[in-house]
Amino acid sequence: MKIQTKNDLEKTREEGLKSLYPGAIKISVGMATCGLSTGAGKVYEAIEKEIGKAKVPIRLERTGCIGFCQREPVVDILEPGKPRIFYQGVTPERCGELVEKWLEDRVVEDLLFCKMEKEDRILEGGVKDYAIQKIPSGIDGTPNYHQVPFYGKQLKIALRNCGFINPDHVEEYIARGGYFSLYKALFEMKPEEIIEEVKRSGLRGRGGAGFPTGAKWEACQKAKGDRKFILCNADEGDPGAYMDRSILEGDPHSVIEGMIIGAYAIGAHEGFIYVRDEYPLAIQKLKIAIGQAEEAGLLGGNILGSGFSLKINLFRGGGAFVCGESTALMASIEGKVGEPRAKHIHTTESGLWDKPSNLNNVETWNNIPIVVSRGAEWYSKIGTTGSKGTKVFSIVGKVKNTGLIEVPMGATLREIVYDIGGGIPDGKKFKAVQTGGPSGGCIPESLIDMPVDYDQLTEVGSMMGSGGMIVMDESTCMVDVAKYFMNFLKSESCGKCTSCREGTKRMHEILTEIAEGRGTTDHIELLKELGWVTAEASLCQLGATAPNPVLSTIRYFQDEYEEHIINKRCPAKVCRALLRYQILSDVCKRCGKCIKACPAEAITGKKKTKKEPGEAFKIDVEKCIKCGMCFEACKFEAIEVE
Amino acid sequence: MEVSKIDNVIKQYGAKESALLAILQDIQTEEKYLPKDALEYVSQKMGIPLAQVFRLATFYNALSLKPRGRHKVDVCLGTACHVRGGEKILDKMERDLGIGVGETTKDKRFTLESVHCVGCCSLGPVAVIDGEVFGRLAQDKVPALLKEFK
Repeated sequence: MKIQTKNDLEKTREEGLKSLYPGAIKISVGMATCGLSTGAGKVYEAIEKEIGKAKVPIRLERTGCIGFCQREPVVDILEPGKPRIFYQGVTPERCGELVEKWLEDRVVEDLLFCKMEKEDRILEGGVKDYAIQKIPSGIDGTPNYHQVPFYGKQLKIALRNCGFINPDHVEEYIARGGYFSLYKALFEMKPEEIIEEVKRSGLRGRGGAGFPTGAKWEACQKAKGDRKFILCNADEGDPGAYMDRSILEGDPHSVIEGMIIGAYAIGAHEGFIYVRDEYPLAIQKLKIAIGQAEEAGLLGGNILGSGFSLKINLFRGGGAFVCGESTALMASIEGKVGEPRAKHIHTTESGLWDKPSNLNNVETWNNIPIVVSRGAEWYSKIGTTGSKGTKVFSIVGKVKNTGLIEVPMGATLREIVYDIGGGIPDGKKFKAVQTGGPSGGCIPESLIDMPVDYDQLTEVGSMMGSGGMIVMDESTCMVDVAKYFMNFLKSESCGKCTSCREGTKRMHEILTEIAEGRGTTDHIELLKELGWVTAEASLCQLGATAPNPVLSTIRYFQDEYEEHIINKRCPAKVCRALLRYQILSDVCKRCGKCIKACPAEAITGKKKTKKEPGEAFKIDVEKCIKCGMCFEACKFEAIEVE
Repeated sequence: MEVSKIDNVIKQYGAKESALLAILQDIQTEEKYLPKDALEYVSQKMGIPLAQVFRLATFYNALSLKPRGRHKVDVCLGTACHVRGGEKILDKMERDLGIGVGETTKDKRFTLESVHCVGCCSLGPVAVIDGEVFGRLAQDKVPALLKEFK
């Protein structure tokens, strides 16, 4: 059906509500990439089979990721009059039990994750109460969604729909308030009013640099030219960050709606979404969403009968990190290699094919419908003085609870790592949080009570970036981390500027020397100098921020560098050249597991049997390749790394 | 690759410069690499200098000029996977397959590559085989995983 009036939109909302709350049992499986990588596909098939056997109608749906990726596959069951139940770590084998018990008003207790009695409707500013009348037996000890520490401090604006709708059903998006902001923008607001609203909201670019979104739009609107472009940067290249992937896979219409509102405000009729090649599922979901939006009259010609038209094209990237930079991204769309150019003239004036172009990141676009719907005043109350709204972070690495979280700007690192993340696993000690991807830096423990926003992060030598937060513990080596990023940047530098191409290469060489025990005391000063030159003389932000991982680790962890250089020791036991594996003979049980595991035949000894005591196990240092297989295989902690 | 197939790909996107990357990606999906004659044909047919076609083919990580094996293994070396031992998984793959990164086994069964983040960071270390993501890997899980791909 073509949606041409507000009445049509309301009717579609009704349809969507029936799909979201079908009046029967509905089982949803989280099938974003994180779910699929842990077997959600097989879980879906298994549930489908069980449903075939059941005597009552049960609806099965695919949904996006609810954020707690570590607990995937996540399955939830919704039935009228009952609390919504979320299960975690579901396997195909347990699906029969899951369905059977539910039909008997019971739950599978050991797979329970949490329950939900009402659903937040952030876009419309309300809640959907499930009107609980009946409680299945066995859920007494299960926490409510908001009582789960992982979710307790979160405020989901950008992730509002992920895990709650089937991204392939546009009507479900509409049922949760979607496309009503577009209606409001097209029929109740002038382009200037929209820009003013975005400006007053204080929304800043979520892609990394944090440029004020409203100001960018205004510049592009005022730029001369009758052909303008609206662009979405979905080239999420920062390793360790995947919020854009999750939004595109779980809620693609939120980005499309934001882009249409932006295009209307700026006066653009053509747009591109540039998606990373590494995100095939996101590309697939976007294709479906664009098709559906066009079919429904929400995109394409004469949108919602307003006379405004916009064509959005999907562009698949080629796997180059530098294409996340605005001018490189535009060059790539033009069919050239993704090399940045100098931005003496802003892309808002002369961007794609030299036309005024407005580029925003996925999460920024996704925030637009909420700014329009709830208004700048409401939006700007969330966050800190200079950074408004919420930010999605991927909290990963050496932390107990890993996944995607969304908190108001200004939440402290301690709240994120300890309250939400649950702290460091295996009783290890916290060392640092890496933010901002290869452009960012490592923030040490002494700054853990720092509120996280754009300006604070920059002040401590890191940056917001797209929101990756990699937690590091005492077993992470900071020299190795710096070397890792420099290796990344060296291979991803497009090579246009000598300072970046050679600077990253030389810094990587020096870091390798330090990591392999050939470092000298003047290396630290040399790294600082090289870092300075690379930052100052490079054209784009890739080069300008490239030294951050090195400089920030030197700033906060110089003692670790010195330990490598002077004492030839890696305190975190990571830098292989400086390690030595040995077997503690008094702990060793002579079980032989290590001999079996060793790929280099470096371990000698004889297994203990009932009859014979065996011979002491030893590692031949010459033959040892330091792969760590024996260390992982030993159950008695008899292998020591020095 | 047959000329008619390349023609179809070009027709689908239109013979314009901005479609070049998409066209090369489709050829690569079909052939698993970019054969020299295909690049020459694309250049001629689209009226784009071969140098530019070649520049694109060598600039983007997703494109390869070398033939690849039946199965493509991408070991993720994103930051989260790195701190959780992604490199050890890659080393194990290298040892088990007897090849280095960017190489293909003699029987053409596997091509081994590393990738900078597939966005599955909470389940690291991760590897992608033929587009399917495998999370929570450990060195001792590698042999069984590779066995699944004939």
